[in-house]
Amino acid sequence: MAGGSSIDVLGQFELHPVLGGLGEALRFSQSPLYMILAACLVLAFLYFGMRPAAVVPGRFQAAAEVCYEFIHSMAVDTIGPEGTAFFPFIFTLFFFILAGNYIGLLPFSFTFTSHIAVTLGLAVMVFLLTVIVSLKVQGFRFFAHFMPAGASMFLAPLLIPIEILSFLSRPVSLSIRLFANMVAGHVMFDIFASFVIMLAGFGVVGDVFAIGPIAINMALVALELLVGVLQAYVFAILTCIYLREAVAH
Amino acid sequence: MGVMMKIVRAGLLATVSGVSLLVMAAPGAYAAGMPQLDFHNPLVTGQVIWGAVIFLGFYLVLSQVMLPRVGRVLEDRSKRISGDLDVARSAKQDADKAVAELQQARKDAMAEAQANLQKTLDAEQQAADQKLAEINARLSAEIADAEKRIAAEKAQAFGTLKEIAADTTQALVSRLTGVAPDAQLVAQKVDGAIAHQNI
Repeated sequence: MAGGSSIDVLGQFELHPVLGGLGEALRFSQSPLYMILAACLVLAFLYFGMRPAAVVPGRFQAAAEVCYEFIHSMAVDTIGPEGTAFFPFIFTLFFFILAGNYIGLLPFSFTFTSHIAVTLGLAVMVFLLTVIVSLKVQGFRFFAHFMPAGASMFLAPLLIPIEILSFLSRPVSLSIRLFANMVAGHVMFDIFASFVIMLAGFGVVGDVFAIGPIAINMALVALELLVGVLQAYVFAILTCIYLREAVAH
Repeated sequence: MGVMMKIVRAGLLATVSGVSLLVMAAPGAYAAGMPQLDFHNPLVTGQVIWGAVIFLGFYLVLSQVMLPRVGRVLEDRSKRISGDLDVARSAKQDADKAVAELQQARKDAMAEAQANLQKTLDAEQQAADQKLAEINARLSAEIADAEKRIAAEKAQAFGTLKEIAADTTQALVSRLTGVAPDAQLVAQKVDGAIAHQNI
């Protein structure tokens, strides 16, 4: 992470091909590897959690069921009765992001949600899904949403571009929110962690003072645990809200 | 606690000053730019394709296998709970019905017992009344008999008294006059006197 006397806070975001030439040819870096790891962890959690399939669940099974019911109620409460159709998608989205955020908190690991390419890809996927669902459910009435009902006709030249712009900026804000949060958190980790190493060069006084950045990093881990679940939740709930607008008649 | 706070505060101060020092000391750190924005790097754009493939696979496994499995368990549980509740409810209904039946039976038995008791009491009362009436009838018959006998005795006594009176009168008259009176006449006179006295 920290190299020598200078801080290389962005080095942690660099991509390296996995398996040498093969990874390079397939454009397979550690980022997809961690995506696979995240997906496998979530699937293993559900598989081993639900293996007893007991009527009275144990702790592990109860945890898996809580995850299911949390997302299910979020999807159905926000989207409405049509939410059950989108529930697997919301579940996938939430746990893909959550697992990515949390795996990234482990030392020496990689956070794929800290790459704008990944978050923008997810956001564009959500955006396209909402547009397709809107067109399928509402047809051409979908375009009427760009003119707020009851507004004066004189304001139309102003309102319609604003509405279109705000609609198109959804994937941008969705992706940058997650990306920026993850990058900021990991840059902070890196800064304070390298600071410990730099202080160590100042002898005994530096060793004593190094407790400060360590304590801050410990607090940051707690904060990042919150941010990780919060950002996954925000991404999922915004997707639900966009889908509710899409399925509304 | 206070010592800890002091250490943290000192650490924060040192950190802030250190960070500013470092930023000044290493201007080259940010010069390379963010690796995330290096879109010429095929690995960066490759993430999108791989991400799409992995996300799709993740979605398919979740939506086709894992989530239905969890949903089934939850559904089974809610079905079983509602089934158990139904069984409990019907059992309670049966119990309520049995209790009601029991109470009805008790009430019926009580009513029957009351009726039997009343019947027996009535029968006893009737029998007693009948016996009393019989006794009264016998007693009144005996009283009437006795009165008849008394009257007969009385009449007989009066008859005898008439003879005695006639004899006495005859004896008195013969003693006083020395002449024996006619017995027929004496009897006639005694009868007249008796009728006169209205005995």
